[in-house]
Amino acid sequence: MVASGIVLADAGFGPRRVRAALPPGTVESEALDTLPGKLPLIKRSFRPPNYESPVETFQDVITPNDRFFVRWHLSDIPRIDSGSWRLNVGGDAAARSFELDMDQLRRDYEPVELVAVCQCAGNRRGLSDPHVPGVEWGTGAMGNARRKGARLKDILARADLKKEAVEIAYNGADRGSLEMTPAFVKSIPAWKAMDENTLVAYEMNGAPLPHWNGFPARIVVPGWAATYWMKQVVSIRALSQPLTGFWMNTAYRIPKGKFPIVDRFTSQETEATAPITEILVNSLMTNVADGRRFAAGQPIEIKGIAWDGGFGIRGVEVSIDDGRTWQSATLGENQGRYSFRPWQFACAPRPSGRMSVTARASSAQGTSQPSELIFNAAGYHNNVVQKIVIDVV
Amino acid sequence: MTVRPGPLLLFSLLAASAFAGESSIKLAGGAQSALVRSHCSTCHSLDYIVMNSPFLTRAAWETEVRKMMRVMGAPIPDGDVAAIVDYLTEHYGTK
Repeated sequence: MVASGIVLADAGFGPRRVRAALPPGTVESEALDTLPGKLPLIKRSFRPPNYESPVETFQDVITPNDRFFVRWHLSDIPRIDSGSWRLNVGGDAAARSFELDMDQLRRDYEPVELVAVCQCAGNRRGLSDPHVPGVEWGTGAMGNARRKGARLKDILARADLKKEAVEIAYNGADRGSLEMTPAFVKSIPAWKAMDENTLVAYEMNGAPLPHWNGFPARIVVPGWAATYWMKQVVSIRALSQPLTGFWMNTAYRIPKGKFPIVDRFTSQETEATAPITEILVNSLMTNVADGRRFAAGQPIEIKGIAWDGGFGIRGVEVSIDDGRTWQSATLGENQGRYSFRPWQFACAPRPSGRMSVTARASSAQGTSQPSELIFNAAGYHNNVVQKIVIDVV
Repeated sequence: MTVRPGPLLLFSLLAASAFAGESSIKLAGGAQSALVRSHCSTCHSLDYIVMNSPFLTRAAWETEVRKMMRVMGAPIPDGDVAAIVDYLTEHYGTK
């Protein structure tokens, strides 16, 4: 598309509105920093490394590996040699246990490729109102990549699951700096592990995974929050009893009944809370920021992406009058129901003045982004509509 | 004989440098800043403190410190908790 409406002299393109809504200390402590093998990302914490992608990254529907966000809970992250890496498969609900090396993983199981959004459960936590503690992410704790790997169900078939298997748990090679720190271990329901799209992935965008994104292999759970996408996975266990521990019983939980969730993780639910499951429908405007200037009397083009938990994007609407009226944006190429979906909206020429732009995505499941934040104490599932104020001059 | 760094050594140097930036983090001064530095930086960089400011109340900061002890295994003596929480509240908290 011709970007004729854009005043090129405006160099002030940046996530200014996001910065304004982040806690002051978050803005003070952030920095553009370069991890080995990565391009500069927005550093939220050095150790463990938590880095998010700048908003302009998402002008590409596929997030390049060297711009993909980085999120670790524990700071001892070993460099793994794929030749000595092993994946241990077993558990009390598996009739057989065995070990796989990388050659076996690649050779013995049918490779599957899919494009999927990997989004941190706490993406946009820093925009929570009121603020809540945690990694104070802006809008960039997510990415969209083409994954290649083996189906987890194919690997589990060789383990000969017993009928009492209720969850599949996995552990990565990372560790805390203290012996006492609990390992980051997660589980998913057996039914989700048996989904044909749940993978043990060894390629990302046609290349090996970056170290910071889980080399040599990570679990890929399309549609679900990234907390389940175990990096540097080294063990998989079929369990007859629900996994216990801080990372399941306390962390990554949402209040029950507050969010329009379809996927249930019943073996982990309590009366009040449930583990986070699928990503809620959301969108991001990628070519505008507060204060961006457009020329009066010229067409204005707004671009963005939309995504959800794997139901697929039904549509995106844009409002330029604070939500009073909405017009449909045009959806771009569909790379599958788990992928970012690009969209664009051509706004007719406007007289000079301030103009607010709001985007709202709807999923094929029938839900759309809320106009008010659905507050929760951990800052998960922030999919409130974005509003950006631009200047037409 | 000249020894060249092998790939493994090179990797570990790169890995170490990835965390080198944290030495640039400045915490507020004050009587307890050394105590906070030594306890908190055992497991994580100190930007976690600045990043989570200034919106936590004293009670919320205490919850965070106790979580680090109880859940993450931080060896912080009970007797140090009040001083750490005082410091965090004064410099990085809210009323």
